[in-house]
Amino acid sequence: MRINELVADSVFFGMILSLAAYKVGFEIQKKYKKVFLNPLLISIVIIIGILTTAGIDYETYQQGAKYLSYFLTPVTVCLAVPLYKQLQVLKENVVAVMISIFLGCLAHAGILIAIAALFHMENQLLFSLMPKSITTAIALGVTNELGGIQGVTVIGVMIAGISGAVVGPSILKAVGVKEPIAQGLALGSASHAIGTSKAVELGEIQAAMSSLAIVVTGILTVVIVPWIASFI
Amino acid sequence: MNYIFQLALIFGVSFVGEVLNALLPFPIPASVYGLIILFLLLCTKIVKVEQIETVSGFMISIMPIFFIEPTVGIMNSYGLVKGKVAALFLAAFISFAAVLAVTGLTAQFFIRLNKKKEERKK
Repeated sequence: MRINELVADSVFFGMILSLAAYKVGFEIQKKYKKVFLNPLLISIVIIIGILTTAGIDYETYQQGAKYLSYFLTPVTVCLAVPLYKQLQVLKENVVAVMISIFLGCLAHAGILIAIAALFHMENQLLFSLMPKSITTAIALGVTNELGGIQGVTVIGVMIAGISGAVVGPSILKAVGVKEPIAQGLALGSASHAIGTSKAVELGEIQAAMSSLAIVVTGILTVVIVPWIASFI
Repeated sequence: MNYIFQLALIFGVSFVGEVLNALLPFPIPASVYGLIILFLLLCTKIVKVEQIETVSGFMISIMPIFFIEPTVGIMNSYGLVKGKVAALFLAAFISFAAVLAVTGLTAQFFIRLNKKKEERKK
């Protein structure tokens, strides 16, 4: 209880803890170069570990750390810059981009609804998972609109991202997706920025199309998911 | 000063996004409104890429840091998913694989269709 009181009025405690934990995660990934050692994932494990061990409430931590998440909106706005830079690639492949991502979004929602029915999952959990293919900044907004749980969305977003980075290329190979543009679109639309980090390793076209897919999937999800959810 | 101007521009667009989110009846987050506005500003050359590139590039490069706080929030919602962790993981993974396969195969189908058309033209 005492430590809670000690850091309760500090704005910087949560911020320092967040940045320090991320730094540790970053260094671990740099050293071992394993995709599943994602810096974000590591920092979260460290912070939850420290908070739980020291008996510090999430709310106390949040007092300072929330100022970092205030940047979620502006950083998403910034994604307009890479999208604009890839305008030409988008124009040349606009049909393939739009239809494939649209069908991907529909398949995602359909499969989730089926699984939710199978496991008797509550609607709140289902709604929390429905925006999980997209970048967290947009996903959290959609979850808010649907009345889902942000924490569950973030878990879903992390599972989607890390799965894409670890087994994404193997799955694409297994189903026979060989076109670089298609590989990039698939990775970006299923696994957002973390999938894109893998696409960068595959090649320049994959990287460009994956970043593009992050934005298009984000916008399509914002439109499609609330519409589908209104029928549930 | 230049960086301050870039940051102000990004914050300004974010603010307009927030206003639109509050005024318009669509379930679209302020961030997405802002993204679309900035994209339109770039397309119409009202804002040039060079006027915003440095700070936006920096912010995108440190993007994961901004997700730490909301993710640690899992702490408080863990009780809700307790006992459903396996189902949650399975649902998240299968739906992920579905998007990957559907988007990848559909895109490949249309790209190859395009290539065939162009070959016929030749």
